[in-house]
Amino acid sequence: MTTVNLQNVSRWYGNVVAVNDISMTLNPGVTGLLGPNGAGKTTILHMMAGFLAPSRGTVTVDDAPTWRNPDIYRRLGLVAEREAVHGFLTAREFIAASARMQKLPDPKAATEWALGMVEMKDAADRRIETYSKGMRQRTRVAAALVHNPQVLLLDEPFNGMDPRQRMHMMELLHGLGDQGHTILFSSHILEEVEQVSGTVQVIVAGRLAASGDFRRIRRLMTNRPHVFAVQSSDDRRLAVALIGEKSVSGVEIDATGMTVRAADYGNFTRALPRIALDSGIRLRKLIPSDESLESVFSYLLEA
Amino acid sequence: MSTVAWITARGLFGRRRALLLLPLPVLLIGLATLCRAVGVAPADWGVPVLVGLGLAVVLPVISLIVGTGVLGSEVDDGTIVHILTKPLPRRDIILAKLGVAVGVSALSSAIPLFIAGWLADSVRFGLALAVAAVVGAFAYSALFLLLSLLTRRPVLLGLVYILVWEGLLGRFVSGTRVLSIEQYVITIADKIEPTALLESKVSLPVAAIMAAIFILGCAIASIDRLRSFSMAGETS
Repeated sequence: MTTVNLQNVSRWYGNVVAVNDISMTLNPGVTGLLGPNGAGKTTILHMMAGFLAPSRGTVTVDDAPTWRNPDIYRRLGLVAEREAVHGFLTAREFIAASARMQKLPDPKAATEWALGMVEMKDAADRRIETYSKGMRQRTRVAAALVHNPQVLLLDEPFNGMDPRQRMHMMELLHGLGDQGHTILFSSHILEEVEQVSGTVQVIVAGRLAASGDFRRIRRLMTNRPHVFAVQSSDDRRLAVALIGEKSVSGVEIDATGMTVRAADYGNFTRALPRIALDSGIRLRKLIPSDESLESVFSYLLEA
Repeated sequence: MSTVAWITARGLFGRRRALLLLPLPVLLIGLATLCRAVGVAPADWGVPVLVGLGLAVVLPVISLIVGTGVLGSEVDDGTIVHILTKPLPRRDIILAKLGVAVGVSALSSAIPLFIAGWLADSVRFGLALAVAAVVGAFAYSALFLLLSLLTRRPVLLGLVYILVWEGLLGRFVSGTRVLSIEQYVITIADKIEPTALLESKVSLPVAAIMAAIFILGCAIASIDRLRSFSMAGETS
């Protein structure tokens, strides 16, 4: 089990603070590094990948520092945001070169495995400069995966991919996470993060704004009422009963059902079945409607 | 050949930049052949062609093109990251790239200098020039490799070194010659095969020691610099 640890990490450029006193631990599984453009995601990824020294604090992979420590790349793979590849090589040559530089016992087999992982076998003997953006991206992922690293860092990996390639990449990351790899990918697109990972590290203006499962993060935001979409056999009567409940701060009724605002998530979810049962009302639907990553993210940005 | 050297060589010869290596050696051989063919005395054409063109332009400019091309281009376009994310000692990466740079620069400059020296004086003189050019290729390549890690404009700085430091100051300010690779090359060739065509301006020990300092110092500095290679975030 490999973990990536950041302890009180800051990074500044002259007078500009890009990353401000961040501590986090990445465990096996897929984690999304989320934040608006310019929040400091790439700086954090580069520090994790050993391409930037922290101005303060430590960045380690299983207690080994990443800065000035090339040995770390036996356990770590990086897909940087910049789409630079050796265009004069074919994908097979490019990935085989990575396998040889990793000093793998059977570079040829590792190359074929990595090509298969990203579904690039058919085009593997064409020069990379003839590829589409998505194919280049998959080739870079294959090169980063060829040594089957325990930690894989990807900076905006879905850029330039069509929906099918995007889906395939998401499945690939899911699969690697399920196998016990520690995967971190950055993105400023909420839907991507939501589909790939429940665990997020949210960076806003160089600070760690939130960390963990985004649904749990939402529930911890007690200063914001939780919004539920509710449908029942008698919405109007249920609304009357709910408004007398302390944990409920507001109820709206419309054609599709009710929108209930609850100040206390735990008390409300415990009280609702009891109230419905006492009133003889059958509940048909109960969906938390602001637990999406988008809501969490916008709340964090506003905070 | 290491994988790093293989990628470097493929990159070097896969770029149009490699075509820049052709004209200067061809010009040097062409001028020497022409002078010899029309019967101009070597004393008249030897110095301008061998020193003015061969040692002051062909050798350093070819070394500049190659020396900055083996690493600087990869740093510029970001492909260096693929090599740096491997568990390779940075020393091995620098030595592989330096090896390719020296090999290509030495071949591209020593062969035409050998031919031109042969036409001007003798085979021995041609060999002396070729040996000195190989030493020069080592020193120039190490210097330009380091420049491509220190600055985003290694070609410009390299040209300033060749044209201003060696070409201008080296002619008029004697103290600058101690830090001039061109002067080491001239001295080494002149000591191997003394002729009236070359005039040493630094002693052989100075030339040998300073060339070694350039080669080792720049290689060690490059290795250390590559260990601390940083990527700036594009969105941060």
